[in-house]
Amino acid sequence: MNLKKVLEPDTIAVVGVSLSNPFNPATVIYNKNHLRTRAKTYCVNPQGGQLYGKTVYRSIAAIPEKIDLAILSIRAELVPETIKACIRSGVSGAIIISGGFSETGRTDLQEEIRALSVKNEFPVIGPNCLGVYSPPHIDSFFLPNERLVEPTEGTVALVSQSGGILVDQMIKLTQEGVGLSRAVSIGNKAVIDEVDMLQFFKRDRKTGVIGIYLEGFESERGRAFVDEVNRSSKPVIVLKSGKTPGGSRAVSSHTASIAGDYFVFSEILKESAAIEAKNEMEFVSCCEAFSTLPRQKMRNICIITSSGGHGAIASDGCYEAGLTIAEIPSPDRESLKKMLSGSIQNIASLTNPIDMTGSANDNDFVTATKFFLEKDYVDGIILLLLPYLPGLTSDIGARIAQFTREYKKAIITYIPHVVKYGIFIEGFESNGIPVAHSVEGAVSMASGLVRRQK
Amino acid sequence: MNPRVKKAITDSKSLGWIPEPLAKDLLQVYGLSTSRFVWAQSIEEALSGAREVRYPLVAKVVSPAIIHKSDVGGVVVGVRDDEHLTEVFRQFSKLPRFDGILLDEMLDGVEVIIGSQNDPQFGTVVLIGIGGTAVEIYRDVAIRMAPLSPKGALNAIHSLRGAALLTGYRGDKAVNLNKLKNLLVQFSRMAHQLREEVSSIDLNPVLCTDRKAVVADARFILREQIA
Repeated sequence: MNLKKVLEPDTIAVVGVSLSNPFNPATVIYNKNHLRTRAKTYCVNPQGGQLYGKTVYRSIAAIPEKIDLAILSIRAELVPETIKACIRSGVSGAIIISGGFSETGRTDLQEEIRALSVKNEFPVIGPNCLGVYSPPHIDSFFLPNERLVEPTEGTVALVSQSGGILVDQMIKLTQEGVGLSRAVSIGNKAVIDEVDMLQFFKRDRKTGVIGIYLEGFESERGRAFVDEVNRSSKPVIVLKSGKTPGGSRAVSSHTASIAGDYFVFSEILKESAAIEAKNEMEFVSCCEAFSTLPRQKMRNICIITSSGGHGAIASDGCYEAGLTIAEIPSPDRESLKKMLSGSIQNIASLTNPIDMTGSANDNDFVTATKFFLEKDYVDGIILLLLPYLPGLTSDIGARIAQFTREYKKAIITYIPHVVKYGIFIEGFESNGIPVAHSVEGAVSMASGLVRRQK
Repeated sequence: MNPRVKKAITDSKSLGWIPEPLAKDLLQVYGLSTSRFVWAQSIEEALSGAREVRYPLVAKVVSPAIIHKSDVGGVVVGVRDDEHLTEVFRQFSKLPRFDGILLDEMLDGVEVIIGSQNDPQFGTVVLIGIGGTAVEIYRDVAIRMAPLSPKGALNAIHSLRGAALLTGYRGDKAVNLNKLKNLLVQFSRMAHQLREEVSSIDLNPVLCTDRKAVVADARFILREQIA
């Protein structure tokens, strides 16, 4: 089904606005789109009347213009008739915000919508969802803008069964400086599911990385999902919930007792081109790494640190994640030593992790980074920086970033995320180098890049 | 569907699973090698069957009431001679709904489990793992979607932590990986073809040596009929 007009509509009708309650979801959605998005937005309520001086139309058919997308926030029982009315009026698709379908036992209503949609090739997102965030065209989230953290524009597309988790991830990515292309909450996925969204985002020019939160595939759709992922040139990161085995089932074969739902999921995803993040932190880290380093390879890693402890935690993490820490040949250690500040030449430890010590300055980090970027035995660098050390200045990000243009190798940074160090972090992030807010986060980014190459 | 396969499934519908002799017969239809076996319903048949299988042999009870044979003492390994076999037959005949004795050749080799399952998210999946009784404890298994390509099958085998046990650990002979791979591929095709009727299959153990990979026991769990 063609989702173009659902994600980039020119005209929208919001059905179910309230003339008296400003917190009514449809009213919030109408206001948002009317005031802030590019699509021309109309509102519908069978009672008619006026809302903030604008005409409230009694039906979709009454709107004097062809509507691309209908957003429905009305009682579940009224949805099928309204969908029929949309189809009759030549609407190109719908988002059903309303709940009250399969999640409350009304599978019949959901089936009815599905049948209408499939028969008429009429794409439907939802029901029971937040819908679509696709700037500058549409934002169907019924959450007032002032309550949200405004995402920055970028290349990560998010798909989520849960609206709440979706908004959380949008906030977290924004706080990590990761920009979004679009986000879709698919709710009960009566028609459009993860596979359809994946198909769309694979071809979407604005999207470079696809992040998916999912609770489970229905009716063996996991098969189609794996096929799509394996034929995707864009990285796909999956965060799964529902890992807890659901009660004891009557099991009479060994295979059935071993092959529980999550175990199968995880095993099959591991073999696919998708990257399964084990938790939210890893999910955000992977989205961040791929949005800044979409093509870089990572296999043999060099860790450059300003403290031995940080280096040790990073190498433990790398070991656990199965990453290779490059061995530095002794002649190289000798040459690097001569290039460093006199004050650290005899205290720096130049076996990987490269511990520059707390006395190192910007020049030392820049020198060491360049030195290893030039070596064939290093594919990527994890840089662990502590802005409280006196020799470091906020120039370091911009200086290191010069190399990302010269060498096609990955640089991943860790800087503690406190407001005070914002200027250090921006120096990297605004120049295209991802900054993790924990050492583990930096390792997760590296591990994501490595897993992508399998 | 092959008439023998159809019959094995239809005959076992009410039981919910296919007893071992029929299950092995079904595997042979699909070209999977099984251990040499004889199904005997009387002591006379058993004694003459033993000539064919040859001592020492494995004796297993056949009963529609017994799905997990070893749990009820329904498997005796190393049956030596006619006297021993007679004794085992007498013991087995006391088990509920006794329907004969299965005489199986004694095989050695590395024990592997191969299985299939209909997964609600991914459809038919196959499993291969280092077998034996501890398979559910160690869970050293790989899971893939069926059907498998030869390359996918080999990759699954090599992904096991215990793969070294198959490729020759500490001077042991390596098992015939080609035979094991072919068995896995063929099995995955069969499981995929039978997915409407069969919900889960265990081939446990599959015994692997440097010469062959042979199914020593098999269990098919049928799909519950939708009322």
